[in-house]
Amino acid sequence: MSDSSLRLVWVYPDLLSTYGDQGNALVLERRARQRGLDVTRIDVRSDQQVPTSGDIYLIGGGEDRPQRLAAERLRRDGGINRAVANGAIVFAVCAGYQIIGHEFINDLGRVEPGLGILDVRSVRNEGARHVGDVLADVDERLGLPPLTGFENHQGNTVIGPSARPFARLRYGGGNGTGDGTEGAWCDTVFGTYMHGPVMARNPKIADLLLKLALDVNALPPVDERWYEALRAERIAAASQPA
Amino acid sequence: MAGNTEPLSARAKLAVTAGRAAAAVSRAAGRGSGSVIGGRVALKLDPELLARLARHLDVVLVSATNGKTTTTRLIAEALRAGGEVVSNALGANMPAGITSALAGGSAARYGVIEVDEKYLAGVARDVSPKAIALLNLSRDQLDRASETRMLAERWREGLSGTDAVVVANADDPLVAWAASSCPTVIWVAAGQEWKDDAWSCPSCGGVLQRPGDDWFCGDCGFRRPVPTWALSGDCVVAPDGVSWPIRLQLPGRANKANATTSAAVAAIFGIAPKIALDRMYHVQAVAGRYDVVRYEGRDLRLLLAKNPAGWLETFSLIDGPPTPVILSVNARSADGTDTSWLWDVDYTRLAGHPIFVLGDRKLDLAVRLEVAGLDFRVCADLAEAVRSAPGGRIEAIANYTAFQDLRRLIGN
Repeated sequence: MSDSSLRLVWVYPDLLSTYGDQGNALVLERRARQRGLDVTRIDVRSDQQVPTSGDIYLIGGGEDRPQRLAAERLRRDGGINRAVANGAIVFAVCAGYQIIGHEFINDLGRVEPGLGILDVRSVRNEGARHVGDVLADVDERLGLPPLTGFENHQGNTVIGPSARPFARLRYGGGNGTGDGTEGAWCDTVFGTYMHGPVMARNPKIADLLLKLALDVNALPPVDERWYEALRAERIAAASQPA
Repeated sequence: MAGNTEPLSARAKLAVTAGRAAAAVSRAAGRGSGSVIGGRVALKLDPELLARLARHLDVVLVSATNGKTTTTRLIAEALRAGGEVVSNALGANMPAGITSALAGGSAARYGVIEVDEKYLAGVARDVSPKAIALLNLSRDQLDRASETRMLAERWREGLSGTDAVVVANADDPLVAWAASSCPTVIWVAAGQEWKDDAWSCPSCGGVLQRPGDDWFCGDCGFRRPVPTWALSGDCVVAPDGVSWPIRLQLPGRANKANATTSAAVAAIFGIAPKIALDRMYHVQAVAGRYDVVRYEGRDLRLLLAKNPAGWLETFSLIDGPPTPVILSVNARSADGTDTSWLWDVDYTRLAGHPIFVLGDRKLDLAVRLEVAGLDFRVCADLAEAVRSAPGGRIEAIANYTAFQDLRRLIGN
């Protein structure tokens, strides 16, 4: 960490905050403060410079045109790439997940370059949109309980050799490539299609990012009662689609 | 303008009769008002029926994400000063429901029609409206509805050649963009508390600058149109600069905005602001919304909030702490099955209120409130919530099907 305060950067809420994406920032902030950590949250609009001194960067989901605009502005800005080179953590959802990869298909139907900080490539799925509850088992190296989330996307994301699947699907479309994977990660960079928001349903993801940022192996316990009740309900719901 | 007495064709009459019969059967079977099935049967027999029925009327269309049912009621009430009105007052706002409503009023002079956002362009083409009121656009049911900006795009394309006078909210950039292609626009400063769907210029994608009540794009120059009507505090300011106090039984800033737009629409038909506003006072509950009901010996005010913009406006109208608040959220298909939007709502505005949580998705709400640092109680049902609530009138805020559930339970 750069100083005594944890610096949480929420990237482009004006473009990438369509699906309650602020929730991930709120859950992270709440769970950090419950552990007595001081948190500085920095919301960066797309006409502002992305600070390079953040500890954790969150990038949310958005509609097709804002996604292209965000990719253009983030490439021009370069701040996230520099921060990642310095070891910062990035957690990106849906449109944001596609942006941090090498490329995706934009609203004009053309290949749009991404930030290339995660070895994935996305194309548009020609079939039905993936909409609904998802259940998956997270990569065991990350030591997380099952992943529950809500997906709503038309992307197919292929994982390259230097990234690993974030999770293996039990129910849902995930990366949409038919290989049973959901999301991807490498070192300190994570991407997922899961909304919900994903950290509200999987608070241990927030804890994982906090542990990486603080470079610790464990955090003091917090009250998990409502999170656990919600998880149990959504995990049961995913296995019995409406 | 009205009073075209050209009779309906035999085919149209048959279609209207068949539609009424289907509606009656549906009502008898206990399946609601039957207006949608009736309209479907009628449109099947005569696909041009909607256009034919509208030909006899001066039609006003009302569309928005929030406030369209209430505004339809307010405009209908105001126009009754000038003649009989037919309206889809129960909120059946797609073509079948609209057809059914128009078929019910053969002697009417005016048709005041609420239209679902997705159907506005098509209905506007079919019924040749005299006026179209556009209130606001914001995120709603994202798992199945179009993206918000795409809706604005569809309005813009569909209305670009309309002969109607468009009455549009200058304070909502998406509405302003949609309406700015129309030949005749009356701009209303109606306000819009929710801003998070319009930080990006709808025209060029630049970042909108929003100093005070103004907004403009620094890149392409698209900016807030100059309004001729305005909501200013508790008054409507008419184009001649005269202020007219708004007296409503309906609560909240959003309804004052709806009244302002309604006064502007009424003026198009020669009805003066004072007369229009006096008539609007008589509107009480709209389809059960804002109704105060008795349940288990307590007074509950029923408030509908379907999306983040609606919740924000609702928080600003409820009685202050320590008034107890019941929150109920479902995620059935009519609500949208994705609950992520709960995280776009600033629940910290409820700090100090005793909070009771209900509905199919009460656990999503519980986590949301936990993270907001609020005290709350998750309840098995309404009876438990009401019994647990401290004294005084209770504010019950619910999303679409949760609201219907509450009304059914209370027998209202």
